[in-house]
Amino acid sequence: MKDRMKEMIAEYLGKDAATIATNVTFTDMGIDSLDIAELVMQMEDEFGCSIEMSQEINTIDALAEYIENNK
Amino acid sequence: MIKSELCEVLGIEYPVIQGGMAWIADATLAAAVSNAGGLGMISAMNSNGEQIREQIQKAKKLTDKPFGVNIMLMSPFVREAVDVVCEEHVAVVSTGAGNPSAYMQQMIDAGIKVMPVVPSVALARMAEKKGAVAVVAEGGESGGHVGDLTTMTLVPQVADAVKIPVVAAGGIADGRGMAAALMLGACAIQMGTRFLTAEECPVHENYKEKVLKAKDIETLVTGKRLGHPVRSLKTPFSKMFFQKEYDSSVTNEELEQMGAGSLRMAAMDGNVEKGSFMCGQIAGMVTERGTCAEIIKNVTAEAELILRRADKWVK
Repeated sequence: MKDRMKEMIAEYLGKDAATIATNVTFTDMGIDSLDIAELVMQMEDEFGCSIEMSQEINTIDALAEYIENNK
Repeated sequence: MIKSELCEVLGIEYPVIQGGMAWIADATLAAAVSNAGGLGMISAMNSNGEQIREQIQKAKKLTDKPFGVNIMLMSPFVREAVDVVCEEHVAVVSTGAGNPSAYMQQMIDAGIKVMPVVPSVALARMAEKKGAVAVVAEGGESGGHVGDLTTMTLVPQVADAVKIPVVAAGGIADGRGMAAALMLGACAIQMGTRFLTAEECPVHENYKEKVLKAKDIETLVTGKRLGHPVRSLKTPFSKMFFQKEYDSSVTNEELEQMGAGSLRMAAMDGNVEKGSFMCGQIAGMVTERGTCAEIIKNVTAEAELILRRADKWVK
């Protein structure tokens, strides 16, 4: 799942997936709140889950953990 | 008479919603709009729970029609605001300046019709998923907190993306804007700037005068650097603030400090030197006052006339 998240974010930012780190905050990646809403919708569709974003879910690691815990 | 499914959903006569405006949209204005057949909204802004409750209870005395509360999600008291609207069984809640998903279920469970203001398709879809009865697609022509997209581009894209009713907001102040909004896929409109000069609007007279005299090019957006852009009238203060945003020797904290309290100074005190006179680009077209009832009737009547005559374009 984390690899797919990296791919989705990389595609969104127009970057290479290899440059996306799972422990870097979304803000540091240059992703703002509107971008997050967009990416969350895409991930909800792809992973078939419901994601409720909060301030704490600010990295790919945190997001993947949230989805695992809320299956 | 313009008919809209949103009128049945919200229990109002005209598909016209008055936008939340901090320091301006209080119980008096909201009640006047609701009594006139639209949906009035009390601005919760940065008020605490008890202040919001006071306005809600005042509105309940002034009108028995449905009215709403606009919750500003950046408020430090947002939790209290949500609790209070639930306790007071407010009919409708709109939300702005953020993502309301964390609070929606609580309000829906309390029987509130939730109508988030959204600046993008993704947030509109999220709102629909979470049970919103409608979304307000507000373009950056609006006053106050603004998103990037224009009403012209946002409304049809949101209308394509969701099945729930779409309210168009941003740059609407007459029947042409309303008719256009309906053609873009909305089934109702929200106005803010047009209600600033309403008789029942409690804003300072200096503010109303400035809006009445404003031209089309007279607004600018400040605060982009701080992450919360707002649209207000060009004044020596706002122009100076705009310059400072591009000055890297000025810190974000200093910028925040400069802007603190400026809307209140404009709305309550009419302070032309230091006040921030927030309003939309359509201010240039707002040249009349009028009661809320006159405003709503005129806008909807003009829209109806335009729509009836629209077949002139088709041969």
